[in-house]
Order: sequence, then C-alpha cells, then structure tokens
Amino acid sequence: MALASLGRNPALAVGLALLGLIIVVAIAGPVLLNQGHARVGAFPPGLRPSGGHLFGTDTQGRDIFAVVTLATPETLKVGLIAGSVGLSIGTLLGLVSGYFGGAIDTVIRTAADVMTTIPGIAVLVLVATFIQKMTVELMALIIASLAWIYPTRAIRAQTLSLRERAYVQIAKLNGVGGLELVVREILPNLLPYLAASFVAAVSNALIATIGLEALGLGPQNSFTLGMMIYWGQFYGAILRGMWWWWGPPIALILIIFVSLLLTSAGLDQVVNTRIRRAA
Amino acid sequence: MTLEYVVRRFALLVVVLLLAVTVNFIIPRLTPGDPIEQKLSQLVATSGGQVGDITAMVQAYRARFGLDQPLLRQYVNYWVALMHLDLGFSLDNFPERVADAIAAALPWTVGLLGLSTLIAFGIGSILGGLLAWPGTPRGARVAIPVFMLLSAVPYFLLGIVLVFLLAIKLKLFPAGGGYPFGVILRFDLASITGIIHHAALPALSIILAGIGAWALAMRGMIISVLGEDYITLAEAKGLPERRIFVWYGLRNALLPQVTTLALTLGHVVSGAILVEVIFSYPGIGFKLYQAILAKDYFMIQGIVLLLIVSIALTMFLLDLVYPLIDPRIVYRRR
Repeated sequence: MALASLGRNPALAVGLALLGLIIVVAIAGPVLLNQGHARVGAFPPGLRPSGGHLFGTDTQGRDIFAVVTLATPETLKVGLIAGSVGLSIGTLLGLVSGYFGGAIDTVIRTAADVMTTIPGIAVLVLVATFIQKMTVELMALIIASLAWIYPTRAIRAQTLSLRERAYVQIAKLNGVGGLELVVREILPNLLPYLAASFVAAVSNALIATIGLEALGLGPQNSFTLGMMIYWGQFYGAILRGMWWWWGPPIALILIIFVSLLLTSAGLDQVVNTRIRRAA
Repeated sequence: MTLEYVVRRFALLVVVLLLAVTVNFIIPRLTPGDPIEQKLSQLVATSGGQVGDITAMVQAYRARFGLDQPLLRQYVNYWVALMHLDLGFSLDNFPERVADAIAAALPWTVGLLGLSTLIAFGIGSILGGLLAWPGTPRGARVAIPVFMLLSAVPYFLLGIVLVFLLAIKLKLFPAGGGYPFGVILRFDLASITGIIHHAALPALSIILAGIGAWALAMRGMIISVLGEDYITLAEAKGLPERRIFVWYGLRNALLPQVTTLALTLGHVVSGAILVEVIFSYPGIGFKLYQAILAKDYFMIQGIVLLLIVSIALTMFLLDLVYPLIDPRIVYRRR
C-alpha cells in the first residue's frame, strides 16, 4: 500500500529518492576520498576547475571538490541532530499540552507563543557569540534549543482534534487511560504529521545553521557548507569572480532544499486531504 | 472580549520584552572568561605592546561598564540604562556609542527591507491569486515552483549569485555598499539615484526570495474565498471573470494575507541581515557581521536586543490593527 501511494505521489517519491541519494553520497564520499586533498597547501592556490580538480582550488590550495565532499555530511549532521532533538521535545510537549490540557497546557502554549515572537536568529547569534570553541555538534544542539517550537504547536493542534475522535473516546470508556492511551491510540495517528514536522524542522535547522555560519559564528575548524560560503566571502571569492569556490556549496544547498521541499509537499498531500482535492 | 484580547496580547508582549532583556543580560555573564579582558589582551597583542598597563585598563573598563558590582545591582543598572536608550560603548571603536551606531544603520535596513517586502508582497499575492484561479493560462503556472524554491533556500545565497552575474560579470550594478564611494549624501538627485542604484541588487534578492512564500499563502486564501457563496452569486449574475477575480476574489483574500506578514516578519528580517552581509550594505545586518568579526560584544548585544524588541513591538501593533481593519479575524482567533 505504501508503494502504491508513492506512485500516486510523485513529489514524495522524487523527494525521498533525492534525499536518499544525497545521504548515500554524504556517507560514501568522505570514505572514498583522499582527505589530504582538503588540507591547506595541498595544491597550487586559485586553480580554475579542470579535469584534475573538478571544482578547482581555493586561495589556500585546498581542492574544492574534496572540501565540499567533507562538508556535506557535517551540514546534514547539524540538520538531522537539531531536527530530531527539536521534533522529540516538540512531540512530547505537544502531546502533553494537547492531551492533558489545564495548567500545563497554558504554560507550554505560552512558552511556544513567546518564543514564536522572538526571531530565532537573534537568540542564536547571542548564544553562539559567547561560545569559546564552536563545534558541529554544539552548533546542532544550540539550534535544537529553538527547534521544538514549531513541532510543539503543530502536534498540540493535532492532538486536540484527535482527542475528541470516537475511537479515542471508546478506548477511554474501555478503561485505557493516560499514557497508554496517548501512546497506543493517538501517537500512531500522528505519524504523517510527525514526518511532515520532521522535514520542516530539518529544513529550518539548516537555514539557521547556514545563516549563523555565514555570519562567522560557525565551527571555525570544521568543513561545512555554510563555513565554505563564509570563508569564500571572507577571502573575497565573490568579488574576485572565483565562482567555483562558492558555487558548489550553493548548488549542494539548493539540491538539499529541493529534495526537502518535494518531500514536504508530498507529505502535505498525504496529510491534508483538502489539498489533494484542490490539486 | 476585545478588551480581553488586547490585555492578553499586551501581557505576551511584556513577557517577551522581559525575557529578551534578561537573556541579553545573563548569557554574556554565563560564559567562562572575561570578554573585556580578552578583547583588551587581543588589542595589546595586535598593537605591539604599546597600550600600557593592561590591568589598569581592565579596571577602568569594568568600572565604566559596572561589571564590578553585585549581579542584582548590575541587572537593575542594565534596565535603567536601557530606559535611557543607553546600550553602552562599542568595544571595537571605543568612544562610539552602540545606540548611535545602530541609529545610523537603522534607516538603511528599514528602507531596504520595507520597500522590498512591500513589492514582494504585491507581486506574490497577485501571482498566488492567479495560481488558484481556474481561468489562469497554463504558462503562468510554470513560474510558481521556481519562486517557491527560491523562497525555501536561504535568501542570501541568491544574493551571491546576483552579485556575481549582474555586478561582477555584466557590471550593471555596484557589487556592494549603500551609496557611491566618496559621495557626501545630500538630498539631491545624484544622491538619490546613487542610493537606488546600490539598493537595487539587495532589494532584488529579497523580492525574488519573498514572492514564493506570499504566492503560496495567497493560493490558500483564494481557494477558501472561491468556495464562498458570494462568488457563486457573482457568477450567477453573469459578471465578467476578471471582475470576479479582482473585486470578489483578490480583494477579500488580501486582508487575511496581511496576517501572514506578522508571522513571517522574523524570517524576513533574519534573511535580510545576511543579504546585507553579502552586499556590504550599511544597515543593521552588516553592522552585526562587523561586530562579530571584531568581537564587539556590546554592539552584538545591542543589535540582538534591537531585533527582538522591534519585531515584538511590530507584531504587537499589527495584531492590534488587524481586528480593526478586518473584523473576521477576531472570530477566527478564538
């Protein structure tokens, strides 16, 4: 059944396939590659793309192809860690808030409301500024600290509506209560929403990390796609016309976002029957 | 009910402001090490030891910024200073006051962001409306996915590509800055065209990136408006298609579309910060980038606080104004 619905949902199929491809390349790439090519002074600086250096070299003589291959998994890592932590916390808060209601709901809802009003980048800039030594993992956790807000709101809204459904009421009358009811009756029906929230959380986390890195707050000693753009900007790659320096990370970011966009559009069709009818 | 809404909304604003100021106060003090001492020893290192007695300078700075007092006292002082719009001094460019630097940069950001957001809003809304309208030619629909992709990726990436193509390769526009180099800004034609010429590319990247989001939101609005009875009635009356689309469809979908403006404000502003960095545009975003490069902590804090407070205030005002211009919104909210 799952395969049949993929056939009727080309956006989801293409999106997932593209994501799978990126992940395979991100995992296999660094293993197959000679990592020494990404070291300072490995090659003559500022080479244009050629057969020997597919994307040329930067002003420090790093092979851009090697750098991009090493940077992609690190960037994906930030997105996945921040997305999963954000989604887990968000799901927990959303379920508790939506199912139990009352004072705890008021607290969680107000917290989410307040945090939505605060622009994430401002808080992230402030926190990242005062971190002495930024790493990829730390970056992911800092971004995760704000990534719970959207999932919390989305899951809470769905839980509120699921709570009133007949089958939940029947389970309740049968004496299933509290945690068991949430886990066995409500959670399984939230799965498509969880998937959609996860994709949204990952893509928001990627936007945040790339933005912070471009501002110069990223992990200075790691290769990530955002740091490539920061160093390119720092060494004037744009004004010098060294398109092969900033072009590959931008292209990769674009491909990652295309696949996420297609996946989320596909999931929307699964989740939201009104869109399916309109299309 | 309306009063209750205003009170609730105001309470939310107060909580946001309290939180913003407190976080801005606490986070720098949580980190190990003394940023001022670090900044000064860095100054010593780069100036070849000609700065003089470093410990005396640290003492002077600490007394100046009140860092030698108890924490609660510092917190109160922080609030008192904020009430006087005193955000401290720039660490990088000492006698300059953070508030003055921000005041100088702010008009550039507000002008660039305000105008380009309005243009993106206009184009995006019309495009989104056309997308949901059955009578739209197929050709117009092709543009939409492209714009949607552009609004999904971070704005400033588009800016990099635009600089390369239109400024470096074709030399149609300047690659950076806010006005022609060496020109003293006056209120004359040369200054104004110079400013517009420099603002064109950053504005274009904000507009291109914004259209998709507006179009998508408008498509949803129009779809729900098209289901309304008055559209059926207008069709039954035999009104021309175009008239129904513009005066019955677009017009009624446009107001709720303004709500989306408040929701996306944070996103729009953070995107614009990075666009300014790419174009060395003399606004708040570029100031922030320079402050981060120079580890100018008071400047960073000041700009962060400004961003949070101004967005919170704008959202508050917009939320209060909507129910006045569109009575339907109150009922939808609660």
